[in-house]
Amino acid sequence: MSEEKFDAIIVGGGLAGSAAAYTLAKAGLEVAVIERGTSCGSKNVTGGRIYAHSLAKLIPDYAETAPLERKIVKERIVLMGGTGSTTIEYGDEGLKEPAYASYSVLRAKLDAWLAEKAEEAGALYITGIRVDELLQENGKVTGVVADGDSLNADVVLLADGVHSLLAQQIGLKKDLTPHQVGVGVKEVIGLDEKTISDRFGVLPGEGVACLIAGHATGGAVGGGILYTNKNSISLGTVVSIGHIGDGEGLKVPDMVERLKESPLIAPLIAGGELLEYSAHLVPEGGISMTPQLVGDGVLIAGDAAGFVMNLGFTFRGMDLAIESGRLAGEAIIKAKEKSDFSSSGLSEYRSLLDNSFIMRDLKHFRKMPDFMESSQIYKEIPEIAGEVFGSLFKIDGSAPKKMLKNVNSILKRNIKLTTLIKLATKAMGAM
Amino acid sequence: MAKMTLDDKLGVDRFKVDEHNAHIIVDETYNNIDEINRLIMACPAGLYSYNDGKVDFNYEGCLECGTCRVVSLGKVIKSWSYPRGPLGVEYHHG
Ligand SMILES: Cc1cc2nc3c(=O)[nH]c(=O)nc-3n(C[C@H](O)[C@H](O)[C@H](O)COP(=O)(O)OP(=O)(O)OC[C@H]3O[C@@H](n4cnc5c(N)ncnc54)[C@H](O)[C@@H]3O)c2cc1C
Ligand code: SF4
Repeated sequence: MSEEKFDAIIVGGGLAGSAAAYTLAKAGLEVAVIERGTSCGSKNVTGGRIYAHSLAKLIPDYAETAPLERKIVKERIVLMGGTGSTTIEYGDEGLKEPAYASYSVLRAKLDAWLAEKAEEAGALYITGIRVDELLQENGKVTGVVADGDSLNADVVLLADGVHSLLAQQIGLKKDLTPHQVGVGVKEVIGLDEKTISDRFGVLPGEGVACLIAGHATGGAVGGGILYTNKNSISLGTVVSIGHIGDGEGLKVPDMVERLKESPLIAPLIAGGELLEYSAHLVPEGGISMTPQLVGDGVLIAGDAAGFVMNLGFTFRGMDLAIESGRLAGEAIIKAKEKSDFSSSGLSEYRSLLDNSFIMRDLKHFRKMPDFMESSQIYKEIPEIAGEVFGSLFKIDGSAPKKMLKNVNSILKRNIKLTTLIKLATKAMGAM
Repeated sequence: MAKMTLDDKLGVDRFKVDEHNAHIIVDETYNNIDEINRLIMACPAGLYSYNDGKVDFNYEGCLECGTCRVVSLGKVIKSWSYPRGPLGVEYHHG
């Protein structure tokens, strides 16, 4: 590699890294992105559905140019019991409006596209190279070492994903603990476009997002995910690492299998062909796991900064990755104007984040990670829902039970009333 | 969909295996069964097992999620890094 010094080096060509690269290159800065995968996206996994608002800010014509799979027009939440499943479906024409638009995506395509946009704007991409360590002089980050070569820059942006081994190396971030992260396992199942639209009851180009609590994880804290892509279905599970082995004690790889065999999912994927099996971690600690975001000559964005919200009914990380990457770019541009890349020169990043939806929403939902650890959501509640609806719909000619009395006895069998009240109060507090 | 084994599933994925360097090094002699079981339960690729009093692990087929790192770094896992670029798993969907 050359002796030249870049304005900025970005580690990681995921969504956070490329959003920053695009912002910097457009402002005329010399920026290099180093990505360990053969191509951008080839190491990355999402659920997933992207809420498009932050991408729209970065690339206004994204809807015409980005490789989007389907526009999500139906939201499903499933409480999956051992026998009965209860599905809540929400559909609204409003979900199609540009302001609320969200799309299913596949990362190999999406990340490659965003990288191409940044490259067109002038960013240099070095792919297939792993950054091994950060160069430091008197505590200031001055560049990176990759494959034995040193590369210098005024500032380094760490957009290297959930582990951010590099941030750990320089003490900006601690090693992840089992309760801060979930492990996601995902299968991409190929099916033809029309079959998917027919099975999910959507028009061409439209799709469904579905989150599933209960049976799939065997009561362990976590759940199932399903997203319809154009020609495939993304189906998987996410389980909190700190809770693996809880409940029925299922192995992580067996959870997705259980989901696939469930009477709810099996017909939806019948005849499908496995196209890919993947696994990736998800930050789940919310605002409490935010690392030190700025140091001398260095910033952290995206999953590396723990910017993900798992709210049970929805899952967000990609919109936060893109926005934080863009804001890191803006902060670097300001620092360049002042020629000050010390942590105080880069501190604009912190204020931009504080004034953005990222910190606002992470703060708003700060109690959510704690609520999401309530085991009852994954065990008792899906069973209760199943039994209540079962008592309404299973008709064999015998005398119907009084509704209130019946619900009462179902509740009593499954959960203590005080536990239920505590859970509801906690849920309200977390929202 | 017909049931598939984990080996079959990994067989669908594309890997460029680094023949010379293991990116994860385990302590084969580690003998706390509870700890080893945690890894066996957790690895999405099912790469850990315990046979004849030894931890059995093969990094080929690793999906690079880092679950084992979070579960057991400093115990069964002696060191954990990503494979050298551009080696390892290569996702075409993600
Ligand atoms: C199962 C699952 C389901 C999810 N569902 C959703 C969803 O539905 N909606 C949503 O919005 N979010 C979802 N998320 C979260 C979302 O995927 C992440 O928040 C998002 O991918 C973060 O992007 P990023 O660019 O910060 O990190 P990443 O995508 O992880 O990118 C990091 C990049 O850095 C590279 N890298 C790392 N280390 C090095 C190194 N040393 N040298 C060079 N390159 C390096 C990696 O190869 C990678 O390309 C989900 C996540 C998972 C795992
Ligand atoms: S990184 Fe993930 S797939 Fe690889 S060995 Fe560890 S747990 Fe298994």
